[in-house]
Amino acid sequence: MRRFAPALLLLLAVVARADGGYVRIPAGEYKSVIRYEDGNGKRQVPAFAMMKRPVTNGEFLAFVRRHPEWRRDRVPSIFAERGHYLAHWSAPLQPGATALPQQAVTEVSWFAATAFCEAQNARLPTWAEWEYTSAADATRRDARADPQWREAILGWYARPANAPMSPVGKSPANVYGVQDLHGLIWEWTQDYAAMLVSGDNRTQSDPDLAKFCGAGALSMDDRENYAVLMRVAMLSSLEAVNSTSSLGFRCARDLP
Amino acid sequence: MKRHATVSLLAAVVLLAGCQAKAPLPETKIPADTGGSAAGDFGPPQGEPIHAVLTSPPLVPPATHRHTPAKVIVELEVREVEKEISEGVKYTFWTFGGTVPGSFIRVRQGDTVEFHLKNHPDSKMPHNIDLHAVTGPGGGAASSFTAPGHASQFTFKALNAGLFVYHCATAPVGMHVANGMYGLILVEPPQGLPDVDREYYVMQGDFYTVGKYREKGAQPFDMQKAIDENPTYVLFNGSEGSLLGDKALQAKVGETVRLYVGNGGPNLTSSFHVIGEIFDKVWTEGGTHFQENVQTTLVPAGGSAIVEFHTEIPGTGVIVDHSLFRAFNKGALGMIKIEGPENKAVYSGKEVDSVYLGDKAVSAAPVAAAATANAAGALTLEQQVQAGGALFNGTCSVCHQPTGTGIPNVFPPLAKSDFLAADTHRALGIVLNGFSGPVTVNGNNFNSVMPPMSQLNDDEVANILTFVLNSWGNKGGRVSAADVARVRASTPRPQGAAH
Repeated sequence: MRRFAPALLLLLAVVARADGGYVRIPAGEYKSVIRYEDGNGKRQVPAFAMMKRPVTNGEFLAFVRRHPEWRRDRVPSIFAERGHYLAHWSAPLQPGATALPQQAVTEVSWFAATAFCEAQNARLPTWAEWEYTSAADATRRDARADPQWREAILGWYARPANAPMSPVGKSPANVYGVQDLHGLIWEWTQDYAAMLVSGDNRTQSDPDLAKFCGAGALSMDDRENYAVLMRVAMLSSLEAVNSTSSLGFRCARDLP
Repeated sequence: MKRHATVSLLAAVVLLAGCQAKAPLPETKIPADTGGSAAGDFGPPQGEPIHAVLTSPPLVPPATHRHTPAKVIVELEVREVEKEISEGVKYTFWTFGGTVPGSFIRVRQGDTVEFHLKNHPDSKMPHNIDLHAVTGPGGGAASSFTAPGHASQFTFKALNAGLFVYHCATAPVGMHVANGMYGLILVEPPQGLPDVDREYYVMQGDFYTVGKYREKGAQPFDMQKAIDENPTYVLFNGSEGSLLGDKALQAKVGETVRLYVGNGGPNLTSSFHVIGEIFDKVWTEGGTHFQENVQTTLVPAGGSAIVEFHTEIPGTGVIVDHSLFRAFNKGALGMIKIEGPENKAVYSGKEVDSVYLGDKAVSAAPVAAAATANAAGALTLEQQVQAGGALFNGTCSVCHQPTGTGIPNVFPPLAKSDFLAADTHRALGIVLNGFSGPVTVNGNNFNSVMPPMSQLNDDEVANILTFVLNSWGNKGGRVSAADVARVRASTPRPQGAAH
């Protein structure tokens, strides 16, 4: 038995990777583009784990097979929009040529994304966790002030959404080892519905407090950072049942 | 016209019968103060709802010819599309209705407009719409924020008459507008606008690409240039050439032409002008009263003007932003071709626009063919000569003349030029870096200035020189883009020279 121990460890490691491939994100402090009512503009992010890559069609298919209540033909319409949810798959259990196994899954509602993560004892990342992790580039934890970092993100916005999507894991990993945070898809966050940013860009210096229930109102603190602003705008346009052809997700976990 | 006559006749009958005419009649004199929005509510909509006719630029929907308020349903679809911003240059536009500017909307003051904004499933971005014709928060923006693959609906009453801009107001609003998200909505005054022979839709916008003007390939949006208000292109109707050649606006002698002019911005104010015409009427800023006999009218970013002129003679009117480097170096050029009999009493007959047109007057097709062939490594001498000829006619012929003769004592000849024959490499340097001072060509002395033409790319310079070497009795020869690149690299010049 003893001589098999290393092999067993190796096997465990493989299982861990197959389990969505999480990486540890160390705790830290950063400045959000969103102005929160509390705090001095700095956000504390405790250490957590995040999936290295977005969830793929292949992974989501496995989930739907195990949880047939999330098939597109069986999902209750209060959890996902019929006609949108997984609508680009050729059949309920067959992604087909337009949704290859290694491409990020899109057209998933917030409810479906949450269910996927719960099924692997995880959750969606919070906006703070996502923004904190996505601020990095290959060498720095916070590359947001670098014009090139912004240009690269804006470059993705300039490409039409109907072009074929590249498989996940093709972009360089950031300093934490996480890939595809930019340049591939939009991603759901756990608390996206609390991002009550006005749909009208120009009112953000004077948020409609009554409309947004007082303390819930947010506004932009870093208006120059268009690249991130656009992601906030995208998320705030959505309801939890919605899905779009360029919106996917990845999961996160608390550390023990 | 027949329909208009019927309406007038009916109105006359009503008056004869001694009834109170409820709606103002056509041709009613406009009061000095129409009362604005406070007087703009003509009561609840009457009759069945009407689906608005939307048109793509440069077309304008027909007049409503209505005298009662109606419920008008407008369905506008947002699409993110890749199109040519200039020959061989691709850009991803965000559009209302698939075009830049977006579809033209036409309603009548007092109408209740039920607005449906649809965001195509292939869109990457959420979008909304702010119509300047709306009295309400954000001009509808707050009520129309729409994720890809979804639709929103809101309703407003058009209380003010005028020509209004609409645009997207989603963060970052400047970028959405810079990508083409604007258009016009005309709210006709209750008596309508006078009938004219032709109506067209022209809208200016400024565009910011990472590559320089006419640099080929897919060009992404450049945020820094937009912040600096330093556009790469200033265009009418969303692409260079949208109103040129086969797509020029058309009119006949003796007609009244009305242009609905908008300016989407996001940054520049337009000095709107038609070379060779005088605007008989300008409804400045798209408002209620017109000014007469105007040469150039300002159209602010996010604003409009209605201009009208009567045509007397045939010819080509050139539509420009009279901030001229925008017109001739950034693309803000359009044409209106007027056909019909000459009238020598009004004008002697020589066209007004032969110099102004520059390289826009000739077909750019050979240029694009040569660029494609060069990229594929299959460029022939003939293609180079054809492309070079097209470019020469635009850039060089103004001074050196279309047949290379030059002008005695002012501009040296290129035809049978001993100076050119002696050193092709030197000629290449002169095109790129300019030349000034005394020079002897074919035994004649010249002392003049040629500005550097470094705005031409390597392909273009190579093709022009190859054309010249193979024309007008010159000895032949060929210059490649690589030759040009070498000379360009070896002669440093200030960034942006001759731009």
